[in-house]
Amino acid sequence: MPTALEVQHLSVTFGQDRVVRDLSFAVESGSTLAIIGPNGAGKTVVFRALIGAVPYTGNVRWAPGTRIGYVPQKLDIERDLPLTGIDFLRAKADVSHVSRDEIARALDAVNLDMDFARQSIGTLSGGQFQRLLVAFALMGRPSVLLFDEPTAGVDQPGEENIYALFRQLQREQGFTLLLISHELNLVYRYSDNVLCLSRRQSCFGPPIEVLTTERLQEMYGAQVKFHDHEHGHAGH
Amino acid sequence: MPAISALLLPVGMAVAAGLVGSVAVMRRMTLAADAISHIALPGVGLALIFHFNPVLGALAALFVGTLLVWAVERQTRIPTEAIIGVVFSAALAVGSMMTSGEALIDALFGAPHTLGRAELVLGGVAAVVVIAFILRARSELVITLVSPDLARTAGINVARVDLLFLFAFALTVALGLRYLGVLLMGSLIIIPAATAKQLARSLSGMQLIAVGIAVFATLVGAVAGPMVGVETGPLTIVVAAAVFFVSLVVRRAQ
Repeated sequence: MPTALEVQHLSVTFGQDRVVRDLSFAVESGSTLAIIGPNGAGKTVVFRALIGAVPYTGNVRWAPGTRIGYVPQKLDIERDLPLTGIDFLRAKADVSHVSRDEIARALDAVNLDMDFARQSIGTLSGGQFQRLLVAFALMGRPSVLLFDEPTAGVDQPGEENIYALFRQLQREQGFTLLLISHELNLVYRYSDNVLCLSRRQSCFGPPIEVLTTERLQEMYGAQVKFHDHEHGHAGH
Repeated sequence: MPAISALLLPVGMAVAAGLVGSVAVMRRMTLAADAISHIALPGVGLALIFHFNPVLGALAALFVGTLLVWAVERQTRIPTEAIIGVVFSAALAVGSMMTSGEALIDALFGAPHTLGRAELVLGGVAAVVVIAFILRARSELVITLVSPDLARTAGINVARVDLLFLFAFALTVALGLRYLGVLLMGSLIIIPAATAKQLARSLSGMQLIAVGIAVFATLVGAVAGPMVGVETGPLTIVVAAAVFFVSLVVRRAQ
């Protein structure tokens, strides 16, 4: 499998605070990498370094011709911003030079009704807005999708649905998926590799090796709600 | 009543102001936008002292001011609003000391009846440049204002878009400078767009309403001002502000 992303000795420092420390990992094309860790471990910062939004040291190498789709955790949108979902997707169609027909296809792929897409984006619910962001990311056929899980606004079945949706889209479009998640059961089921981050250390490997009770306790510093792996790896 | 040809510059200026203002208000840079227009004044002052065209002086000062705002915006750790507030109020004060009497009043509030043919033509060209830029870069501007991170992953050069937008803003101020003046041109950019934000639900709606109000206010100022013996610029802004207050009532009623 060709490599979609190779990261070597990635460190990010804000002032005196080293948020990400000497991180190295690689992601195979078409695979799924989950990034887990407690709040404040720098998961979102890693994503922002990967897209070049924060200064970093070390190497981040994307495969040539990589097209990134990014779904951020949250966006600070004013409720009365006069911008509809359609306006937003149309802008993406224009900058990625794809036909506006893609808009209907992207909305269809994320099961978002056209009526919602015609509303201003500030009035959408958390789940609807997230689907709109996924549709935005999918337009222009990304080769890599970065998905930063929201901690609020999407209920449990909604979250499971979005993972199932990603699996289906990944099968159809073959993109590489990098996701940040708190849902360890879903991570266990859906990812090929896991990158765990904490202030003290990081680890990288397949879920069956990384998601052990001891390691999770070490990382989160407390008992974590994760039912172990006796049922075996659900596999792909 | 002014000839139709004499209305071309004000209408072009109003269209540019409405479009630039829509983006500025959606980007939540109302204060910065208003402040940028103030920095034109020291430029006008220098031009009057050294006897060259005040619009050129204003353009040079606006160019420097734009780069300053851009640099400050990129350094997110600095309290942007405070710095902008202080620097640009200081610019207004320094500019006022360098300019005096009639010239100061003209620079602050405009002098539409003194415009020469060359100024009208240059203003028209500048308006066309600004309008073309906003319409062409609309998609990039929209994605960048929603999220610079999304813009980056969509292949947009965010720093470049920000800088070009600020230049378009500065150019709009410069083109309206002789007509409406330093203080009022900032208002023509911000007030119609702020009004449109109260009323619009979509991007096109926002732009159409902002342009419509800016053109309406400018035409009322240009046509009715001389008829009732009131200065064109102040009347234009009073009309725009009146529409803004009506929009607040309409919004509450919705």
